[in-house]
Amino acid sequence: MLDDFFMRALVAGIGLALTAGPLGCFVVWRRMAYFGDTMAHSALLGVALSLLMNFNLLLSVFVVAATVSLLLLLLQKRGTLSTDALLGILSHATLAIGLVMVSFMTWVRIDLVGFLFGDILAVSRADVDLVWGGGILVVFAIVWMWRPLIASTVNPELAEAEGMQPEKTRLAFMLLMALVIAIAMKIVGILLITSLLIIPAATARRFSTSPEIMAVLASLIGALAVVGGLFGSLKFDTPSGPSIVVAALGLFILSLITKPRTSVVEHSAANQGGRA
Amino acid sequence: MLQTPTRTASPLVSLAGVGVRRQGRWLVRGVEFSIAPDEIVTLIGPNGSGKSTTAKAAIGVLKADEGRVERKAGLKVGYVPQKLSVDWTMPLTVERLMTLTSPLKGAEIEAALDATGIRHLARAEVQHLSGGEFQRALLARAIARKPDLLVLDEPVQGVDFSGEIALYDLIKTIRNTTGCGILLISHDLHVVMAETDTVICLNGHVCCRGTPEVVSQSAEYQRLFGARAGQTLAFYNHDHDHTHLPDGRVLHADGSITNDCRPNDGHHTPIVPTGRAGPMRIVHTHGPDCGCGHDHGVVPDGAGQQEKRDA
Repeated sequence: MLDDFFMRALVAGIGLALTAGPLGCFVVWRRMAYFGDTMAHSALLGVALSLLMNFNLLLSVFVVAATVSLLLLLLQKRGTLSTDALLGILSHATLAIGLVMVSFMTWVRIDLVGFLFGDILAVSRADVDLVWGGGILVVFAIVWMWRPLIASTVNPELAEAEGMQPEKTRLAFMLLMALVIAIAMKIVGILLITSLLIIPAATARRFSTSPEIMAVLASLIGALAVVGGLFGSLKFDTPSGPSIVVAALGLFILSLITKPRTSVVEHSAANQGGRA
Repeated sequence: MLQTPTRTASPLVSLAGVGVRRQGRWLVRGVEFSIAPDEIVTLIGPNGSGKSTTAKAAIGVLKADEGRVERKAGLKVGYVPQKLSVDWTMPLTVERLMTLTSPLKGAEIEAALDATGIRHLARAEVQHLSGGEFQRALLARAIARKPDLLVLDEPVQGVDFSGEIALYDLIKTIRNTTGCGILLISHDLHVVMAETDTVICLNGHVCCRGTPEVVSQSAEYQRLFGARAGQTLAFYNHDHDHTHLPDGRVLHADGSITNDCRPNDGHHTPIVPTGRAGPMRIVHTHGPDCGCGHDHGVVPDGAGQQEKRDA
């Protein structure tokens, strides 16, 4: 089954979407969209370093993304610049340094477009294993620390007062995000990773009544976007990574048009019931 | 009527000489108090006086920069923070909010929702609750996990007048039924007088503290309760210019001005909850320019008080 490049792309893409769903929900809840973008952009620096030092690509990207997130934490604590300014600096600085470094390395041939926009149709059998292996690890970790993650997202001080360790939770979350970025780079590309995190989660919001439902729905919606995007790219001969993002956007717009089951109505009904 | 609650149990939390410093400035310093099971301790003081900071230091959310904070081993805290807003992007029903930090049985959730009177809202999203409903939901969440110590940071904010009284009643009931210790942060004098075992007035340091009696259902109390708005106003006077806090009969805010309100006339005890408790003690002495804005006449319990009662 995995002999066919298209099947490999489908399986890898679905695996990534299932992983990105719950993680993306936290990115949305914690308002970390731009933060995710910054980590993703730094991946190109990881690519350049990996080529320069002949080091494992995945590990290199992971280490750079994790370092950038820690650097941001340190800079935030110094409190001289606002977070979005810091993110803007880190995001584009790492991307630019990566591009400059790559241009210096005339001895290596590098498919820059492939890194920036992904090359899901070129994923190997080993890549598929990596996506699913890494994905299962990430989902397992998220499920394992689900309660502290949710609690510290709602209010870190409350979580800490009631015996949790929100700082550690946050750190673990950032490492998971760095891992997913390293895995996802090959599939949707550095510039489009965050869209696969955020758009399915945002789409799921309107149909969810609990964080758990939203996480599962985001996974399913992401998987649907991957399937739709890949078949679309096959049919219309469009680049696969952007096609997946466009499909995700299509689902999001569709969700805005469909009439959501509003909990506003439910609430007022419950209210009247209670006061009657 | 004068029964003094005896507390033999070891304290849940005790603070000794605690100070918290941020960016070279001491937010609070020299804070000393402890909370025993079944005790309500209330921190009062103006904005920025370090009430929340002190509470956070007590439960370990903030690290004390000096002094010692000792918590009972395995202390289970229920916390209602001063500010909590749930982002719209997170779908969170009241029911789901209950199990935020610890898993609970359905019956435990229902009991907590019943106690706070919001069982009919169990399936409502928290973002759609009114201020009072949300505070009740937060309180329900904090008590559902059966804490040893309940920490309530301004629990009546955004709650209307009658809802406020109901919430304070609820807090009293929680203490009476569960026997947990409660650390309450308030700028409402009436709850201080009504339910609190120990009042600690903060203004960057402990200005004064007192141990009002347990509530009695005296006519005076009822009257005080009714004249609550005036009391609150008077309390702010205490905060800002430190004229003494009058009892119901010498309440300046409602127009009944007495003659004994001159500086150094021996009447400037900070809080005088007449009818139910003795005056508070001033527990420190000041220099003329210590900056805390106090009247510096330390009033011995009794003398000034006697005069006031006659007024």
